[in-house]
Amino acid sequence: MTKLNVNGNAVEVDVDPETPLLWVLRDSLGLTGTKFGCGMALCGACTVHLDGEPVRSCQVPVSAVGDKPVTTIEGLSKDRSHPVQQAWIEHDVPQCGYCQSGQIMSASALIASKPRPTDADIDAAMAGNICRCGTYQRIRAAIRRAAEIKLRG
Amino acid sequence: MSANLTLTRREVLGGLTIALALPGCKQSRISSGKASTLEPNAWLRIGSDDSITFFCDRAEMGQGVYTSLPMLVAEELGVGLERIKVEFAPPGDQYINTQIGGQITGGSTSVREAWEKLRRAGATARLLLVRAAAQEWGVDARTCKVVDGVIVSPQLKKLKFGEVVEAAAKLPFPQKVGLKPASEFTLIGKAQKRKDTPAKVDGSAIYGIDVKLKDMVYAALAQPPALGGAVKTFDDEKARAMPGFIATVLTSSGVVVVADSWWRARKARDQLKIDWDDGPNATLNDAKIAQVLRKGAEAEGRVARNDGDAAAAIKSAPRVVRADYELPLLAHATLEPQNCTADVRADSAEIYVPTQVQQIAQAAAAKAAGLDPKQVKVHTTFLGGGFGRRLEVDFIPAAVEASKVVKKPVKLIWTREDDMTHDAYRPPAFDQATGAFDAKGNLIAWNLHLTGPSITARMFPSVTEKMVDPFAVEAAANYPYDVPNVHVDFRQQEIGINVGYWRSVSHALNCFVAESFMDELAVSAKKGSYEFRKALLQKQPRFLRVLDLAFKESHFNTPLKGHYHGLAVMEGYGTYMAQVADISLKDGKVKVHRIYCVADCGQQVNPDTVVAQIESSIVFGLSALMWGEINIHNGRVQQTNFDSYRVARMNDTPRIDPYVIDSTEAPGGIGEPATALVAPAVCNAIYAATGRRIRSLPLSRHFQA
Repeated sequence: MTKLNVNGNAVEVDVDPETPLLWVLRDSLGLTGTKFGCGMALCGACTVHLDGEPVRSCQVPVSAVGDKPVTTIEGLSKDRSHPVQQAWIEHDVPQCGYCQSGQIMSASALIASKPRPTDADIDAAMAGNICRCGTYQRIRAAIRRAAEIKLRG
Repeated sequence: MSANLTLTRREVLGGLTIALALPGCKQSRISSGKASTLEPNAWLRIGSDDSITFFCDRAEMGQGVYTSLPMLVAEELGVGLERIKVEFAPPGDQYINTQIGGQITGGSTSVREAWEKLRRAGATARLLLVRAAAQEWGVDARTCKVVDGVIVSPQLKKLKFGEVVEAAAKLPFPQKVGLKPASEFTLIGKAQKRKDTPAKVDGSAIYGIDVKLKDMVYAALAQPPALGGAVKTFDDEKARAMPGFIATVLTSSGVVVVADSWWRARKARDQLKIDWDDGPNATLNDAKIAQVLRKGAEAEGRVARNDGDAAAAIKSAPRVVRADYELPLLAHATLEPQNCTADVRADSAEIYVPTQVQQIAQAAAAKAAGLDPKQVKVHTTFLGGGFGRRLEVDFIPAAVEASKVVKKPVKLIWTREDDMTHDAYRPPAFDQATGAFDAKGNLIAWNLHLTGPSITARMFPSVTEKMVDPFAVEAAANYPYDVPNVHVDFRQQEIGINVGYWRSVSHALNCFVAESFMDELAVSAKKGSYEFRKALLQKQPRFLRVLDLAFKESHFNTPLKGHYHGLAVMEGYGTYMAQVADISLKDGKVKVHRIYCVADCGQQVNPDTVVAQIESSIVFGLSALMWGEINIHNGRVQQTNFDSYRVARMNDTPRIDPYVIDSTEAPGGIGEPATALVAPAVCNAIYAATGRRIRSLPLSRHFQA
């Protein structure tokens, strides 16, 4: 059994140790908000926070997680109240929405480390997240808005 | 897809026949359960608890039908959009898209086709509810109103919808229902928040890949590496020894491995030893495809437009301009890989699938299960991107066949590599353009000879039996410029692999050729891109309006220092559009700074969605323009993932400035057209910058990527 701390809950899963965290979250724990897109850390759809840092969960074997806390889109807030979620709703960012959990996890990690992100910061932090619907312009605007919401408290 | 078609039932239902169902507007009835409901038509259910459910018969793939379609109903029903709960509708003839001929989400038709139909559905329900209330009050129904979803009498008595559904359901069905004039719209044309946004920011939206059923097992599929290949023999000894292994199933699509988790199924699949028959495409490659198309172009095609006598005009003209253009195969690369969950039992089956074609999916599942379509339930989920990829049903049979064998629900998920290498690709093209000027310098002839494979000939052959493939000649047959001799023909030349409908379909191919070549002609005529077009669009007021606004807003003739502008215009899906690209070149790289896009799409339903679709389409077109290319070697697709098939990212995306013209003309489609103008606008800007004319894509063939 592998012990994990996911969204503040201690859980145990019975999986092969090399199983990517992505599939443990989705299939063992039923947290399907984290998406499979490429399996090679190229698209960012599977982004979660590991100890507060954004990681591509398709490339993290579950055995490497240890006791570091994992946060998924389901654990970002209970009620869509995280500043990034608020801003995403305000700007109606999602279209098909499939990439958006990953976008939101990357964006929330960005504003946690850089409260006033510049355009270059946004490009750098978000370049790993593909959106085939091309919502990038709205994502950029929503990140600026989320930073504002967060700064105002 | 845009033409009005009548498909045969065989095509829509995949060769199987089912009894004709009732048309969409059936008689109102009371459902058999305890709670009585009013179901005045196929889209609405109003409960005695005052709930209103809208059955969304089109797939939500990002284009916003989950919001825009219930807006049409809510407008006439007289309720706020928040009152309406949306559920995805099952397959059914009552949901046939009359602009295409099947229950199909495509061709940017959803709003256009529903525009009157769904408003009428809402109005009918309102009329029945009001009449029921009026009957209870003993007053004339014409004196009652619906205010914020409540029926109000002249004496200001009030009844909720839920309180009169039972009575309403017993009333005779109204023969005539009036619709509000545009001046009275309270919802339509006013930006509404998307109803699916909350579920898409907290991870709760369920896509096909997220479906979970009791006792479900997971599957991965090994498909022939060469397109059109087949399994000769396979050895699953090593796969069987893998943890969690349940079964291998030889299916019509390849070898399926079933396991107790998807990761284990995939690991076990990679242990299969399969002897493949590479089939008819064993030696197919890019050079051969290009050669086949060039050879095919030597013959005449089927005529899509013929004004005057272009051949004669060209023959006698003092000045003739000719150019050949080439376009590559493209993948759809929806971010959600193809998947299907199937639960097959002895005499019934259910599939849970992200699909744009519920009826075709139902027929495909029925065929794979050996059942009648009536025995197959289809549950449509949210789609993680469509772009035409999910008009195909190639990912359905293997899931069904595997579930039938293991007698459990099976979720089959393709890997990204499976998806990239087994698409129905956007057709390639070899197109020849000819323009001719008279002695005074007037453009007197335009000839476009298009060559490529036909998607429609495979998917809807009854259409191409009768006529030129309408989805091969878009943005060409409707050539808008005032030229006396115009000839457009399409020479169908198959290439051995399946091609599919890809966002904006042939608009993206033909607009690139037509609008690049218009600039070539402008250069030959020593006129500016804008001035040359404007002079030839004097009889096209909607074109002129978008052209002029794009010219003005972009300061077209006075770009910033070091920047260059290119222009393109197009009508597609009933929408008139102009785009201006603002670019620069640095260190051998093309940088797209900004795209101005002016659209006249008639009456808008949800203006924010219109803007979002313009933004989306432009980024989609930009990916194709910059890097999009599928290469074939020995029948095998060479691109496998987002490293080799590059798509636009945040840092690649230009500023996009959409301008939408206020209009009460009938709605035009907006999910696709803007995709098609990006390439010609940018390539015309490249010509302005460098004097180099780009006649083949992607740009990564010509510039540093």
